[in-house]
Amino acid sequence: MKEPIIKIRDLHTSFGSLHVLKGINLDIFPFETLAILGRSGCGKSTLLRHLIGLRKPTSGQIFIKGVDFIHAHPRNRHKILKKIGMLFQGSALFNSMTVKENVMLPLLEHTPLESTTINIMAKMKLEQVGLSGFEDYYPAQLSGGMRKRAALARALAMDPDILCCDEPSAGLDPIVSAGIDNLLLKLKKAFNMTIVVVTHELESVFLIADRIALLDRGKIIFTGSKQEMKKSDNPKIIQFLERRADEEVLDGDQYLESLLNG
Amino acid sequence: MIKIDQIIAPMGKDFLVFFVHLARISKLAGMSLYWTFAAPFRGEKLRWNLASVQIVRIGVNSILIVGIISFFVGLIIAMQAAYQLERFGASIYVADLVGVSMTRELAPLITAIIITGRSGSAIAAELGTMKVSEEIDALKTMALNPIGFLVVPRMLAMIIALPCLTILSDLLGIAGGFVLALTNLKIPFIAYYNQTVEAIVLKDFITGLIKSFFFAIIIAQIGAYQGFSVRGGAEGVGKSTTTAVVSSIFLIIIADLFFTILFYSTL
Repeated sequence: MKEPIIKIRDLHTSFGSLHVLKGINLDIFPFETLAILGRSGCGKSTLLRHLIGLRKPTSGQIFIKGVDFIHAHPRNRHKILKKIGMLFQGSALFNSMTVKENVMLPLLEHTPLESTTINIMAKMKLEQVGLSGFEDYYPAQLSGGMRKRAALARALAMDPDILCCDEPSAGLDPIVSAGIDNLLLKLKKAFNMTIVVVTHELESVFLIADRIALLDRGKIIFTGSKQEMKKSDNPKIIQFLERRADEEVLDGDQYLESLLNG
Repeated sequence: MIKIDQIIAPMGKDFLVFFVHLARISKLAGMSLYWTFAAPFRGEKLRWNLASVQIVRIGVNSILIVGIISFFVGLIIAMQAAYQLERFGASIYVADLVGVSMTRELAPLITAIIITGRSGSAIAAELGTMKVSEEIDALKTMALNPIGFLVVPRMLAMIIALPCLTILSDLLGIAGGFVLALTNLKIPFIAYYNQTVEAIVLKDFITGLIKSFFFAIIIAQIGAYQGFSVRGGAEGVGKSTTTAVVSSIFLIIIADLFFTILFYSTL
């Protein structure tokens, strides 16, 4: 068994009195694509934000490549972050810069390369995501799918070992989102990286993921392959796979009480 | 019947919230000053290319509006002064009044207030929008410090541009006084010029510039702080922009009072 590239141990997080993550334990292995699947609001985006250092957990540990990421010295943390690419749900491209400048930014800031070299590298990355010819466009001039591709090019700028994607197909039509899925598959082969995808889209998960982790109410209730997931008899997994809505349980007395005391 | 704690409790809460804001602004200001003045000596680079873009936006693009307003303020002060001084046959002292009040007080203050409205609000809105669209998070995940990357260039630009604009405002305010003296008061050019040069000492000019240096820090810091603390969408950006302008102007006046007392009593 390979040593995991990301190890999450007993991770807890609360927003005020709301306990969002309740003891997450998860191993992510090198060169695999792990999909973190869950319902809206179950804490999956929050979990991802911990992996890229945007949130500090209440307690627990995250090891990335063996380094305690949360308690590491900022210099070490930055070193790890430079090798993690992040694709945000809303793309998060810098609106004041052109697409090419967006891709060039991390390279200009973190590498000693000359700007002509960086220029060529940025053009190559944009070509890989199918955006050649759009280098000098501003993000506002692009469609949603193109913005996602541009954001992907920026996330790949530093040749990351780990790529984190937050809802890569959110807000895109099925054809464009299938395009993004195929692109992820292609890029994974080309760049040889570990991909962590947070999503609730089942089709996309079955297409790109090697392994699936199902998050429910702040806990991981299942990890395994697609086949294992399909065979599972856990009612929550079956509900998720069959896309069944929650059954509404109406308790008359409780409802009355909530109205009176609300 | 209103219970007394219903009145007292919210006041106490506001009072505490005020100190929370104060602590956070101080922290941001401390970090910005560190990244501007100390970090470059530790091998971190200052982004002059980004600062120069901001100098154009904050400084160069405000030259016309600051110039026109200062000229008219100089003219207005001269008219008000002449109205009083003519009765004593002391119209020539209009030169003293306009020169000293512009350099010591009005030029730094007017310039700071115009720039708050023009650029302090822009800083808050720009950073606020970046926060809402996750651009600031994106910077962090690229291991780029949002303070070094966004706040420092703006503060640097403000520290350079505001004193320059204040000098411009000094000159045009005095020019406004000149125009009134020449046309209305029939004071010869050379007499008014000599009177002005004699009235203004270097101290007046320098204290004005010291004020504008601190006003620049206030405008940049409050704008950045309000931008970073945006919550929610477009409405949050609007609220923060308003708060940035109002609280900057308030703090500028307080700082002005402080410096005037300091310079008045010691220098």
